[in-house]
Amino acid sequence: MSFFLDQCYEQMNQGEVIVAYKGYIGADIITNTLNLVENKLESSEISNSVRKKLYNLLVESLQNLYHHVDAPLDENDEDSSFGVFILSKMPEGYRISTGNFIHQDKTTMLKDKIDKINSLSPEELKDFYKFVLNNQKFSEKGGGGLGLIDMARKTSNTLDYHFFEYNKDYAFFNLNIFVNEK
Amino acid sequence: MELIKIEGTPKTPTVTMNPETGVIEIKGRSIPENSIEFYKPIVDWLDEYAGSPSAKTVVNMQLEYFNTSSSKCILDVFKKLEVLKKNQNDVIINWYYEEDDEDMLEAGEDYESIIKVPFKMIQIVD
Repeated sequence: MSFFLDQCYEQMNQGEVIVAYKGYIGADIITNTLNLVENKLESSEISNSVRKKLYNLLVESLQNLYHHVDAPLDENDEDSSFGVFILSKMPEGYRISTGNFIHQDKTTMLKDKIDKINSLSPEELKDFYKFVLNNQKFSEKGGGGLGLIDMARKTSNTLDYHFFEYNKDYAFFNLNIFVNEK
Repeated sequence: MELIKIEGTPKTPTVTMNPETGVIEIKGRSIPENSIEFYKPIVDWLDEYAGSPSAKTVVNMQLEYFNTSSSKCILDVFKKLEVLKKNQNDVIINWYYEEDDEDMLEAGEDYESIIKVPFKMIQIVD
């Protein structure tokens, strides 16, 4: 398992790393990471609008991780809530990379959803967001299906993703979003 | 009816709901993992308030950040206001946004296009 994860992590790791985390994803970790990143962003020379956008996207990314970690091993294994999170500075802006295990039977649905989002124009994306906001019931996990649409809207970039094959039951899902500096 | 006052936390907004004046304020951040739990008392209060509302209801939404899970709950709050408006009550939603925060302005415009209540977009200038 750890060799596999190291390989995924290596591929996710790009740019100049601001914050990186690899391990158990729980509510406390999310809260602490958000505090840490917020402090780092406060002290950096980043415009107010980009800082706010970035923070909002971080919240969404981390909470997505928190809500969607699937257990590839038995529940007692410390790797079962494993996730990866990397915030890095790229030449043209910032990159948020997240990774978590998901059931193989969910990969097609997720892939289709992201492909659909990526195919939409900004206007269509806005309408899609409003449609889901107004019509879709909350999922058990409370996400409501808006997270990915919101990310695409706020970044004005397509969502980049990879599925790393782990075994016949699980894949490691890696999502990369890019926030332009201007 | 009781006045509601909820103190803000790093993940949840400060909420004040005054049945006498009809002024409702939601300020700060709304990024809890479980938003339904947080917004339930607010939605319940509005249900009760609709029975004997103030002559005018003014809602001040001044959020710094909110997550997508909160966005659904905020819509639920606004839907209660829409009912109030439909019953011939005077209702207005003041949506505050910082001058360089286009995302927050857009979010307000999204709600404005869904909810049949007058919105006023108010820019906060430092």
